Amino acid sequence: MPLIELTDIHFAYPTLDPVLEGASMRLEPGDRLSIVGPNGAGKSTLLKIIMGLLVPTQGMITAFEKPRIEEADFHELRRRIGFVFQDADDQLFCPTVAEDVAFGPLNLGKSKDEALAIVDDVLGRLGLMHLRDRVTHKLSGGEKRLVTLATVLAMEPEVLILDEPTNALDPDNYARLVEILKGLDQAILLVSHDPDFRAEIAPEGYRLENRALVRL
Amino acid sequence: MTYVLTSDDKPLTGFGALRAAVSSLDPRMRIVMTVFYAITVVALDDLRVLSGALILSMWLLAISGLPFQKTLKRMAMMDGFIIFTLILLPFTMPGTPMFSVFGFDATWEGLWRATEIALTANAVILAVMTLVGSMEPVTMGHALFALKTPERLVHLMMFTIRYIDVLREEYLRLRTSMKLRGFRPGTNWHTYRSYGYLVGMMLVRAIERSERILAAMKCRGFSGRIVLLEEFRLTRTDVLFAVALSIALAALVCAEVTYAAY
Repeated sequence: MPLIELTDIHFAYPTLDPVLEGASMRLEPGDRLSIVGPNGAGKSTLLKIIMGLLVPTQGMITAFEKPRIEEADFHELRRRIGFVFQDADDQLFCPTVAEDVAFGPLNLGKSKDEALAIVDDVLGRLGLMHLRDRVTHKLSGGEKRLVTLATVLAMEPEVLILDEPTNALDPDNYARLVEILKGLDQAILLVSHDPDFRAEIAPEGYRLENRALVRL
Repeated sequence: MTYVLTSDDKPLTGFGALRAAVSSLDPRMRIVMTVFYAITVVALDDLRVLSGALILSMWLLAISGLPFQKTLKRMAMMDGFIIFTLILLPFTMPGTPMFSVFGFDATWEGLWRATEIALTANAVILAVMTLVGSMEPVTMGHALFALKTPERLVHLMMFTIRYIDVLREEYLRLRTSMKLRGFRPGTNWHTYRSYGYLVGMMLVRAIERSERILAAMKCRGFSGRIVLLEEFRLTRTDVLFAVALSIALAALVCAEVTYAAY
């Protein structure tokens, strides 16, 4: 059974031309797929539709064997799919790194102590313990990116969706990110303009062309 | 307020980064004691007692471990706001004339009142700066939350702390790009219009960012409540400090009552 399946998705922003017309795709367990396409083709839009942040005008979203139609359907989906945003500043909104990483687990109903244990575990695994008590807005761009990944991994998602994760990364942090992602066992859906990064993480995937998805 | 006044510092770093001795005390206790302190000092009106209060504030500053000169400079900045009230007060209060300027009489009563206001304001602001101003804003948010301040207000404050820097950097980026294209502010419509665009663009970006943040929060299971992690502990030093300060305040009140009896 696929983890995520999109069937014939249509979407248009109000008063604008359609972005997606009949886009379909599937992500199976263990898959690592990337979505490529020119700027403005609707890659980020597609990811937001999967997360239920945008509602398609037509088409079906099935995830974890359930159709996802209403906002309430997506609550459970969002716990199981981790989404790393393009701009790290959008994602890190708590004052300190520890609080930001704990935010997800606390939302899942974990106690403070459990959440703190998860914080230490995740930061330890990613080798980010030294950032634990730092103030989020004072981190460097690369550190922010790795911390956003930690905030998402803290929720133990089954699928990881990454939107341009290599933006503004220096070679060191880039290598760290590749190493971390390679060590994960989650299925990954990646949007990236960086061909080397795609080749490393998710060589297969779809091309967004003429408002539909074509398997590469 | 001190953040607004010092343009050379980054906003919201304040004195919090200095790790002064006073910052080892429980922030909740510091906030509560500051409130008591302010209420007591505002209620005093004998000049001798108010001088005592100012000395007490100075003593707080001395034991707080904050830099003397810098703190007093910030206090003086606050005086800038009330200086005109203080100067005008002797001329507007009726009473025994002291001297006259352009036919306006300055009165002794007015002078005493102005001194009273100056002493009160400085004593209170100095205490606020040493006890509360020395806190990291984040810590203050957590302490307010622990003191049962409405959650929404605390979150509002926390979001402000988190994003004021992002907005400031956005503003600076836009300003730089304006400057690089030869923009020189002047008194003309082009300047007004450009500033209008700048402010408008910042508003639009702020709204869009807030929407993206909400989306990111939703993706991590946000359902309307943020749980704060920090826990505070009241130690023996805290209790000692609170008791000492309370005794000092009680002494001030006693002095006020005794002097008022004469």
